[in-house]
Amino acid sequence: MTVDRPREAGALAHYVHQGPFDPYDVEKTAQGSSQAKEASQLTLMWWRFKKHRLALISGILLLIAYIAIVFVEILAPYKVHSRNVDFIYAPPQGVHLFHDGNFVGPFVYGQKMELDMTTLRRVYSDDHSDVQKLRFFCSGESYRFWGAIPGNFHLVCPAEGGQFHLLGTDRLGRDMLSRIIYGARISLTIGLLGVATSFILGIVIGGIAGYWGGWFDLVTQRVIEVLQSIPHIPLWLALAAIMPADWSPMLIYLGITFILGMLDWTGLARAVRSKLLALREEDYVLAAQLMGAGSTRIIGRHLIPGFMSHLIASATLTIPGMILGETTLSFLGLGLRPPITSWGVLLTEARSVSAVALYPWLLIPVVPVIFVILAFNFLGDGLRDAADPYK
Amino acid sequence: MLRYILWRVMVMIPTLVLISMLIFTIIELPPGDYFESYIEQLKAIGEKADLQEIEELRARYGFDQPEPIRYLNWVVGMLHGDFGYSFEYRLPVTDVVGDRIWLTILVSTVTIVFTWLLAFPIGVYSATHQYSWGDYGLTLLGLIGLAIPNFVLALVLMYFANIWFGTSIGHLMDPNYISEPMSWAKFKSILEHLWIPVIIIGTAGTAGMVRRLRANLLDELHKQYVMTAKAKGLHPFKVLVRYPLRMSLNFFISDIGSILPSVISGAEITAVVLSLETTGPMLIRALQSQDMYLAGSFLMFLSFLTVIGVLISDIALALFDPRIRLRGGKTK
Repeated sequence: MTVDRPREAGALAHYVHQGPFDPYDVEKTAQGSSQAKEASQLTLMWWRFKKHRLALISGILLLIAYIAIVFVEILAPYKVHSRNVDFIYAPPQGVHLFHDGNFVGPFVYGQKMELDMTTLRRVYSDDHSDVQKLRFFCSGESYRFWGAIPGNFHLVCPAEGGQFHLLGTDRLGRDMLSRIIYGARISLTIGLLGVATSFILGIVIGGIAGYWGGWFDLVTQRVIEVLQSIPHIPLWLALAAIMPADWSPMLIYLGITFILGMLDWTGLARAVRSKLLALREEDYVLAAQLMGAGSTRIIGRHLIPGFMSHLIASATLTIPGMILGETTLSFLGLGLRPPITSWGVLLTEARSVSAVALYPWLLIPVVPVIFVILAFNFLGDGLRDAADPYK
Repeated sequence: MLRYILWRVMVMIPTLVLISMLIFTIIELPPGDYFESYIEQLKAIGEKADLQEIEELRARYGFDQPEPIRYLNWVVGMLHGDFGYSFEYRLPVTDVVGDRIWLTILVSTVTIVFTWLLAFPIGVYSATHQYSWGDYGLTLLGLIGLAIPNFVLALVLMYFANIWFGTSIGHLMDPNYISEPMSWAKFKSILEHLWIPVIIIGTAGTAGMVRRLRANLLDELHKQYVMTAKAKGLHPFKVLVRYPLRMSLNFFISDIGSILPSVISGAEITAVVLSLETTGPMLIRALQSQDMYLAGSFLMFLSFLTVIGVLISDIALALFDPRIRLRGGKTK
């Protein structure tokens, strides 16, 4: 007879892993970590960056946007300055798929304009008998690609004899969508060029101050302090007011980028200086010096690569400020001027409250501004986290 | 403490001198001066300029002298409270500016207080509830606030304020009060209109501050002393308020140095859109017409305001944190 022994109270259940036993399991993980050990700094950063979903998506979106500005002429249904005098201040047209319950494909209804005789406003209404089917990959308005190669190929065109104003038109009957797409070319590049300017200034000045120190360092420190304590916008305004009114649009464009970069290098120069101060005491710098390397080589080859990734990340975070700065300057009439079309210039059209009340679609250019700024912020955050070796 | 304040004030002087040199250079850079553009303007409308009078004015304001001497005259004049003469208004700069500078100071101060009041609770909440829905929502809201250009926000807010609350569009007070002397009714009218610019200017600053406060507080929250306090069994609220919050409070005061320039910048833009009776619109006008004393004195005012703001925040910080004043005194 068996006697049931009382079970031990609270004993842990014995755990058995259900999966098949793999004797090579250990080697695999070891290999994985050795792969991580052999990976270059850049690969490691890429791995860390990939984990940051939002930053990755933002990066891809920005990349698409920058590729798109190359093909602006093809993407925009109209040219930037082409006017449609029959459609002044026309509201955005909705794209429909079904007409009277039948599938037609993407189309817009034609618009009818009436003049409201009491307020003298143009009132547009959809004409439901006029179905204008959109054409894709079509030939429409002829243009000069990058101002040189003639062509007339568009991604999307209005029907023959019809109109297609997805985002409405402005006071001269120019298509807002096309103008926003063309404006991207200016607005997106101005941030990059401005950052490039401030990047070069920051690295050179910060590098000299940090590596040699002495009186140059003292002076730079003071200058940076001064520049950082003056409110930026008034100073930008003052600098922008210097530019002669008879400069060509291209010169003004370059001048504005230069102004934006001029005041922005201080943060970068500070970062470069403090990093250099810390790094130049490292043993490997001494080793390089003993081997007879010159200062330029030590700074360029040994010191700057040590924190380049970090610099790029912080530069990315200053691009939004530049894009906003351009928008603001143009809005105040001191930045870019027509015929250059940037998002800031487009927003000048919506300068008064009556424009906001009557033609709210004139404010649409602010949407790409917000998206681009958010994307650069997320991308910069992601890059910074990825570049930080202590995380 | 007194030594620290004295040292800090002394440091301010070279900064101000450098700023004044920079501003003078910028104002001088455009070719020609106010008189030349004035003569051009008169010619354009077909009138003859009284050259004799203009030459006299030129000589009186030292435009025939070399730049360094004019710079010295300008600076010495400012020290005496003489900010020069506005050619466009034909009045001394102090008379032209008048109330405007005080209204600018009022708007900036209220904006900073607003920023603080809003940023502090939000930042603390975001840090203590990291990765919660509330944190994500507030962060997103802040980022959008950071991304919208001030002037667009101003336009939209002005429109809705008019529709919903019937506030008169633009200006810092009801149009009836503009030329009247200060009175209780005028003051009330200013308060009624003040909230729009304050919200517009404050959003970007608040968003930035919340972000920095959150990051700062998170760093502190992961430190060992917080762990120790928790392990001892201290109430979570007490743990938060006693240690990390006090540490991040330091940063909160010193951060004023970085938000003040942006507040003043934002105030200028918003003032133009809303046509406020502050310095913004006048500054832009002066810059465009090369009214150099007016523009220069404006820029100097604004920079001075910033420098003083930073000075106050530094002194407040030194009062709160003994480590700062020890460090500061020693190195210099």
